[in-house]
Amino acid sequence: MASPQNMARSNILSKIRNQVAGNEENTARRAAVANRIANAPKGVIPERGQLSPRKRLELFCERAEAVQTTIASVESYDDIGEAVSDYLRSRNLPQALRMGQDPRLGNADWSTVPNLTREVGPTDGTDLVGLSHATTGVAETGTLVLTSGADNPTTVNFLPENHIVVIHASDIEGDYETALDRVRQMNGKGQMPRTVNMITGPSRSGDIEQTILLGAHGPRSLHIIVVDD
Amino acid sequence: MKITTPEFKSNAVEALANPTLQKALGNVEKGFIGKRQKAADALPEFEALRDNAKAIKDHTLAHLDLYLETYEEKVSESGGHVHWAQTAEEARNIVLEICRKAEAKTVTKGKSMISEEIGINDFLDENGIEPIETDLGEYIIQLRNEAPSHIIAPAVHVLKEQVEADFRAEHTHLDNDRNLEEPESLLDEARTVLRQKFLDADVGITGANFLIAETGTSIIVTNEGNGDLTQILPRVHIVLASIEKITPTLEDVSQILRVLARSATGQDMSVYTTFSTGPKREADVDGPDEYHVVLLDNGRTNMIGTEFQDMLRCIRCGACMNHCPVYHAVGGHAYGWVYPGPMGAVLTPSLEGVEKGGNLPNASTFCGRCEAVCPMRIPLPKMMRHWREREFERNLNPTVQRWGLKTWAWFAQRPALYSLGAKIAMRGLSAMAGRKGRLASLPLGRGWTKYRDMPAPEGRTFQAQWAAQRDKR
Repeated sequence: MASPQNMARSNILSKIRNQVAGNEENTARRAAVANRIANAPKGVIPERGQLSPRKRLELFCERAEAVQTTIASVESYDDIGEAVSDYLRSRNLPQALRMGQDPRLGNADWSTVPNLTREVGPTDGTDLVGLSHATTGVAETGTLVLTSGADNPTTVNFLPENHIVVIHASDIEGDYETALDRVRQMNGKGQMPRTVNMITGPSRSGDIEQTILLGAHGPRSLHIIVVDD
Repeated sequence: MKITTPEFKSNAVEALANPTLQKALGNVEKGFIGKRQKAADALPEFEALRDNAKAIKDHTLAHLDLYLETYEEKVSESGGHVHWAQTAEEARNIVLEICRKAEAKTVTKGKSMISEEIGINDFLDENGIEPIETDLGEYIIQLRNEAPSHIIAPAVHVLKEQVEADFRAEHTHLDNDRNLEEPESLLDEARTVLRQKFLDADVGITGANFLIAETGTSIIVTNEGNGDLTQILPRVHIVLASIEKITPTLEDVSQILRVLARSATGQDMSVYTTFSTGPKREADVDGPDEYHVVLLDNGRTNMIGTEFQDMLRCIRCGACMNHCPVYHAVGGHAYGWVYPGPMGAVLTPSLEGVEKGGNLPNASTFCGRCEAVCPMRIPLPKMMRHWREREFERNLNPTVQRWGLKTWAWFAQRPALYSLGAKIAMRGLSAMAGRKGRLASLPLGRGWTKYRDMPAPEGRTFQAQWAAQRDKR
């Protein structure tokens, strides 16, 4: 006997099929669906992001700053330690942070900042500062794209009050389509990491009298360090 | 939730006489219209993106059965579960069963209109499971025991003084001396209280802005980050989504994302756009162990293949209500169910029946602003007209109105008589108005004259002027 849920499934699907296709053969419709998924047409791509890598980086920074993100630039991964330490000092934060196992961050030279303590692994919500590495970024709106895993646990993106994200300049793309296609290629077409976070500025809410306030439930501050080597 | 849509008229009268509400509603025009315009103007491709967004959804709806099958397959492949629900009741039972299996005591919730549509909060409560709204606006109205009055700004009808009073009443740990006058301090208080709830919850329920067929992914678009804490911290993540949320590919979603935030809040992009695919993997160190999607029909398949199919393109941005003079005047609660404003006026009769929802399509001046700003180019006024026709066909509108419409129709089919009648009526009204040129009362027109004078007609009839114009050319 069919379970109620299987009934619901077949009722919903057959009702739709009757309405949109009637008695028509579904071969052509199936081909149209398979074709769209296989070829994934791009549609309208805003001119704004279609720039040289240099200009693209400039636009990325400009758009990110427009949504209250702060930005620093360093010349190599070995300079990250000092950039992080400077930022924490500028915001009167303790020299401590939480990060994942990303080797690009782990292998950086942290010896220049011996007072900065780094905890590795997901956060339980007691950390003030999280450090992540972005997979890619999108210049058209200054958006970061982060993907889940042991390298960059998703909790680090949301629980700490302050979020610092490192991105390599060459990872910044012009538009969402190109950036998401890179995410898609990570595990093969049609496969996605468990969580992909597109982040555009620090957390905010306008729910009390439409007044925009930063730091609703996610980070109050978002700081990007661009590695531009 | 109890539907009070049949009482729209008295709801509206009450809303108009409520000074607190009227003050709060001022924030709708201030908070949304200019920002949307600015964001749309700043993107040269905005209109082309609207066209493409519409085309994407039209294509999807024409193949919805197949995309749903593809989506389900991909969710299963990634270790998630898809549950099908034809009705709100089926959906509620599915959610309860998942919560019971997880031995859930508390459930955190990201903002979801589908959860309002199926009334999941009351149902969980009745079954001994505590639902906790975590979106700031939803949290405020949960404290107030109210329904959202706007689909993206649920507490837009509340003033900050009211929020302060609600917090003081509910958060009994608060010191009387603690200053809560500014929105910042209210936000801090909510953040602190809810943080522990996020960490303690057994199940997290979110909605979905999109479901991607290509990858079996659900997407939420938010600004606060509460939806993310809801879906990564508890052991079980439940997504509540209606069937029309399906979008074919990552590229198609990217296209629609560009018009969504701009139309909604006037942001170029919302702060968090999060893609969730299945439960956590072996390599993941956080995220849920179980991932469930409840696919809800609840009347939507009845709209497919009808003149109301276009409504299923709706992406719930709220632009139509933000620009609606009727919504500005009466707010969202007067509409009496989950969805207010022009989109609600079309959707409510579609989902709840014209008997209950038939009042709403009449709550429109047909000014057309909703259609002008709808990112998905949904012909909202046209569909409201269709509902008026259905209402008339089914004898649902009041006798006086029907009699009036029939009389008008009789004249309209006899142009000469119509023209003569119009002339006589004009002269009559002018004479009645006298030198003042305004009428303080009118037979059969009390609905108008109770609140304002009726200006007396001047000059010649429209038909006479039209004829004169034509002769000139």
